[in-house]
Amino acid sequence: MAVSADPQKVDLREPPSWRRTKNRIMTWLMVLAFVLVIIPLGLVIVTVVAKGASIISWQFLTSDIPVNIAPPGVGGMGPAIVGTIQITALATVMAVPLGVLGAIYINEYGGKGLLAQVVRFMADVMTGVPSIVMGLFIFSIYTLHFGFSGFGGALALGCLMLPVVIRSTEEMLKLVPDSLRQGSYALGATKARVTMTVVLPAAIGGIVSGALLAVARAAGETAPLLFTILTVTSVNKNPFSGPNTSLPSQIFSNASSSFVGAQARGWGAALTLIVIAFVLMVVARLVTARFARYSS
Amino acid sequence: MDQSEQDAVTTRLPRPEPLAKQAAEPAGTGNVIFDVRDVSIWYGGFKAVTDVSMPVYENEILAFIGSSGSGKSTVLRAFNRMNDLVPGARMEGELSYRGVSLYGKDVSPITVRRRIGMVFQKPNPFPKSIYDNVAYGPRINGERNKGKLDEIVERSLRGAALWDEVKNRLKTSGLSLSGGQAQRLCIARTIAVEPDVVLMDEPASALDPIATGAIEDLMRELKSKYTIIIVTHNMQQATRVSDRTAFFYVLTDTKSDTRTGVLVEYGTTKQIFEDPQDSRTQAYVTGRMG
Amino acid sequence: MSTVVQADPATPAGSAHPLAHRRPLGDRGFAILALGSGLLVLVILVLIAVSTSQQASSWFTTEGLSGVFSTTWQPPDKLGALSFIYGTAVTSVIALVIAVPISLGMALLLTEVVPRRWGRPIVYVIDLLAVVPSVVWGLWGILVLAPWLQHIYSSIASGVNGIPVLGFFFGGENVSGASFFTAGIILAIMITPIVTSLSREVIATTPTIDKQGAYALGSTRWEMITGVVLPHSQGGLVGSVLLGLGRAMGETIAVALVIGSSPEITSHLFSPGYSLPSVIANEFGEASGVFRAALMGMGVLLFIFTIIINVIARGVVERSARRSRGA
Repeated sequence: MAVSADPQKVDLREPPSWRRTKNRIMTWLMVLAFVLVIIPLGLVIVTVVAKGASIISWQFLTSDIPVNIAPPGVGGMGPAIVGTIQITALATVMAVPLGVLGAIYINEYGGKGLLAQVVRFMADVMTGVPSIVMGLFIFSIYTLHFGFSGFGGALALGCLMLPVVIRSTEEMLKLVPDSLRQGSYALGATKARVTMTVVLPAAIGGIVSGALLAVARAAGETAPLLFTILTVTSVNKNPFSGPNTSLPSQIFSNASSSFVGAQARGWGAALTLIVIAFVLMVVARLVTARFARYSS
Repeated sequence: MDQSEQDAVTTRLPRPEPLAKQAAEPAGTGNVIFDVRDVSIWYGGFKAVTDVSMPVYENEILAFIGSSGSGKSTVLRAFNRMNDLVPGARMEGELSYRGVSLYGKDVSPITVRRRIGMVFQKPNPFPKSIYDNVAYGPRINGERNKGKLDEIVERSLRGAALWDEVKNRLKTSGLSLSGGQAQRLCIARTIAVEPDVVLMDEPASALDPIATGAIEDLMRELKSKYTIIIVTHNMQQATRVSDRTAFFYVLTDTKSDTRTGVLVEYGTTKQIFEDPQDSRTQAYVTGRMG
Repeated sequence: MSTVVQADPATPAGSAHPLAHRRPLGDRGFAILALGSGLLVLVILVLIAVSTSQQASSWFTTEGLSGVFSTTWQPPDKLGALSFIYGTAVTSVIALVIAVPISLGMALLLTEVVPRRWGRPIVYVIDLLAVVPSVVWGLWGILVLAPWLQHIYSSIASGVNGIPVLGFFFGGENVSGASFFTAGIILAIMITPIVTSLSREVIATTPTIDKQGAYALGSTRWEMITGVVLPHSQGGLVGSVLLGLGRAMGETIAVALVIGSSPEITSHLFSPGYSLPSVIANEFGEASGVFRAALMGMGVLLFIFTIIINVIARGVVERSARRSRGA
């Protein structure tokens, strides 16, 4: 390294071992982090599949919910599945259009204005509101006055989904290039028309995918339903009046039971729920891949 | 060199320089530091440079000139194995440093980079204090002694002609410096590890003319202790500072629609600019080509 | 972003008539609808605060401030919430201690170590982790993990009883699989996806040129990470940790199942405990009167805590993002 007249024999081999070792150790620690994450994931999936698969059958998916003491193999989770579908569907129908509209406000109408910034910030904050607080909220303003019903649960789930849909839709709308909007304006379209006919279709893949993920999350929620639907064990054809049930609610009540039958049915319900959530996630992925015109 | 003596007398305003007012013979030790033989570099499937061969002499400034895409930066980065960081980069040929192959089996890129430093086009001081910027290199090489670090920091900042300007605010953030100062900080940081060679990739192109002049003066001072290779788009700069010049060119093959960079001519700066042998060199240095 | 530059492009061609300021009715209606949906967020947040506080008011008035924060919990007479606040805090801290190094490790793994192609399976694993519903974690936690951990806890506890620091945390007589620590583990698993993905976003904004500068000085990859990536990202990382904290504090169902449902304040982490969301989940069904108001009030406390943490977290992330863009 010093300047000298005669060329020294240069040693370009490894740096002092402790630096290299430290680098190696840290890299392996990072890999270890990943391994530590795979372990519980693998364990949970394996357990749920193992314990749940043995009890799942068409009969299981359609039968009524028996009392806890009933042995495994008796009854099923039919009402819970119906309940989950009812309540989640209602929540989706309320939250997704409102969420998309809210995102349209923030991105297309609000621009850099203060109100849009505030709304966006508050939507972010709202995603952090605990699900049980949403349940208490809907209990206070709805259930106390109108009684338990699937609709109450749907309101609570909808409140959970709303900010998530707003933020994910907003991200998608941001990706749509301005040139598309300009082209439509130049043809004399109103803002509403531009948004509905050009911007939304361009972003639709990402919006649907984000909505599906929000649905998957809502389908798995228990806490908001606890005080709004009052877990029962029978099917309620009318989601607007009378208590209801859902898969997560049943799993929760079965998990605290000491009866083997109830626990086994709980595993079956858990497997069903995971499959639903998983399918929704995969479909969301596929939609993104299929319609990924403007996402990176 | 008469060039730097003149500069020391005048103020640091940029002057239009007559071409190649250089000593006829290079002023280094005459030893060959790098021996490049038939080096070709690929990025994935794209052959960026083809069959480059040249010697690099100790304690001289060698300038790479040529138009965009001619492979100057690619070849520069081969000298300190920065191309290793690009996924899909591949090199064929021989590149030896003081007789040892840089790309040999046992060679550690980390050790290579300590001996062969690099200054980038856009000054990139770390988001740390000025002191910590300069001390970063020595620290990762194991120097913990506060006294020694102080000494290294001062020596390096003096070597980069920055000490007087920052000696009272060593703890302030490196990001607070102006462009020219930041670049000198990066140079100080590089020489703090006492390298053998300093590579500079268009070190002054992001700076204003006054800062550029300061950097060029610095280069001439550094030459006595280090070997310097610089990539530059500015031909006047090449004539002002460099002893030798290598001219790169983009060779297009219209049949296969491919491009690659090649070394067209290499010689002392005086010769390249006053008496270029190749017509392409002549076209470039007289400004007829881009 | 809004495209309104000079003239309002929403004015349809041909209507640039001095009298035709007003946008067509449908257009205005749509705009109002969109605005309304945006405002809905603010309205809901305010309503949450107002309605739950109102329901909880009898708790505050009956117990008073000292009663609310006392440790005595004997419903329906004595309704002090401190043991639940304690439990929430303890389980969240345990969750952070476990999850943050792991999440950071994975984030670094994905951004600095693993080549693009192989990063995808890792991201899938993280997504899978996120999609497992909370109640399934709870089910597995109480029926599988807790019994298994019980043995381990007992061995550790008997081993460290008497040793100064270790005994303080890991000793104790009342060792149970359903305890603070198990709840902390489950929480750690559940907040890992969000902390990892947020950390990844922050770390990915490190300018490549800074990283190259570090490598050019002869750094190993770890030296580059500690010298350039982490200092650059520290603000954003703090934000993502805080968001993970907020999530951990609010997580209800999984914790309710594995925490042990015992309102005790103890330093022994292997003992059963209780947390704010858990007690609400477990007891609200049968509660009435002031008891119910107390549970509602704990929901209010939870709401306040998580809102504060979320606002701080988002603020920190915003500020560091702005600074890195400017610098």
